[in-house]
Amino acid sequence: MYAITAVVVAAVIVTADWATLQRVFLDPEIAAESFPGIITIAAKNTLIFTVLGFTGGLVLGLFLALMRLSSITPYRWFAATYVEVFRGIPAVVTLLLVGFVLPIALDVRIPGTYGPGSVGLAIVAAAYMAETIRGGIEAVPRGQVEASRSLGMSGPQTTFWIVIPQAFRIMLPPLTNELVLLLKDTALVALVLGSTAATVDIYKFARNEVADTFNGTPLVVAAFVYLLITLPLTYLARWLERRGNQSR
Amino acid sequence: MTAAGPDPDVPAIRIERLHKSFGTLEVLRGIDFQVDAGEVVCVIGPSGSGKSTLLRCVNLLEVPTAGRVLIEGVDITDPECDADAVRTQIGMVFQHFNLFPHLDVLGNLTIAQRRVLKRPKDEAGTVAAEVLARVGLTDKIKEYPARLSGGQQQRVAIARALAMHPDMMLFDEATSALDPELVGEVLDVMRRLASEGMTMMVVTHEMEFARRVADRIVFMDEGVVVEEGPPARVLDDPREERTRTFLSAVAQH
Repeated sequence: MYAITAVVVAAVIVTADWATLQRVFLDPEIAAESFPGIITIAAKNTLIFTVLGFTGGLVLGLFLALMRLSSITPYRWFAATYVEVFRGIPAVVTLLLVGFVLPIALDVRIPGTYGPGSVGLAIVAAAYMAETIRGGIEAVPRGQVEASRSLGMSGPQTTFWIVIPQAFRIMLPPLTNELVLLLKDTALVALVLGSTAATVDIYKFARNEVADTFNGTPLVVAAFVYLLITLPLTYLARWLERRGNQSR
Repeated sequence: MTAAGPDPDVPAIRIERLHKSFGTLEVLRGIDFQVDAGEVVCVIGPSGSGKSTLLRCVNLLEVPTAGRVLIEGVDITDPECDADAVRTQIGMVFQHFNLFPHLDVLGNLTIAQRRVLKRPKDEAGTVAAEVLARVGLTDKIKEYPARLSGGQQQRVAIARALAMHPDMMLFDEATSALDPELVGEVLDVMRRLASEGMTMMVVTHEMEFARRVADRIVFMDEGVVVEEGPPARVLDDPREERTRTFLSAVAQH
């Protein structure tokens, strides 16, 4: 395996047209020109969409997970259907539904410049998070619930104070993974719903620059900015996970 | 539940014709049983005899299939009854401790005081320090359960139950999961509780503890109470063949 990889890498290094590559994808002047805007406007918007989508998805996902675990059959049925549908259709289609089908069919218009995009992302994220949260809740030992109930805590108190804090620790790594996926999905919002100069995200910003300069460098800069955000997130999650393990 | 505390004339726990089935398996087959206020009753018997299930029916961790459970005269099997309120009167200690791993010892001791009894933070903290001193672990108040030995965890679990100021305590094989050298410290705490007059229902395999501490021993087998009486009578002069068989099997090791 390693031998094959080494041969392929060597072949690419030897045959690649480095001068052209650098001119088209790593032009320092164009990169320098992209930089302030991509950080102050585009990255900010990407983060706003991510935070709104993630928060909304987490709340909705928690409700769906609790419904999925409920003893009331219609709740379970609803949550299961929701998860299957919104995990099964592409995020692009969900964004279309929220942005265009909903206003026409039901006359529901989500307000705010970030509104429709964030809601669309939250709907998709909730489907994935519901399963993660359900798994986390089910991983908390039965004895924890019994101990809590035996102290007189009610079912909801037990869920809130005992089960969810422990489940959250179990869920942290997969939830971070979903946060990173969501961050990358924010690129779809501008593609499907359009964007203005004020709401443009990292990917759309780079695409606009590419169109203006006939040069691929802004896309490379965009990739670099995405990494700048996702890598610390991954490390943060690892740190939280370690810290959580100490008190177990 | 009134605030007047336990009435000595009303049995702390009274169980009438109790049945419990899991699917087609009938685990309890008509139990009549009573624990008076201030009494210490040890329940012994082979595994699978239903003694843990009986204990768990007392605070409705298991819902009986038929029959009644009365706590201080209140029928808790009545669907109208507020099980959460009754449970605050009944402390329970589990085989596997079941401390809350995400909370430190102080958090374990105060969470139900604050959320259920609505005690203010400082009052709950005072009660926590008090009960922790009773189990001899004052210096562990800031530790997380994972940093404690099994014996220390079980003592914290006892303190957690005591912090609710219950009228009675249930022990479900509280020393069965402990390394042999840690059993003594937990039994010492239980013995002290008994001598202070706590009403206790103790499911145990510790025959010496039962002999010394119990006011009465109940022997169960196959979902029924086979015989009961004072420790010396049941342990040294059992009337029933099944009791004799069990006791000689226990004495083998």
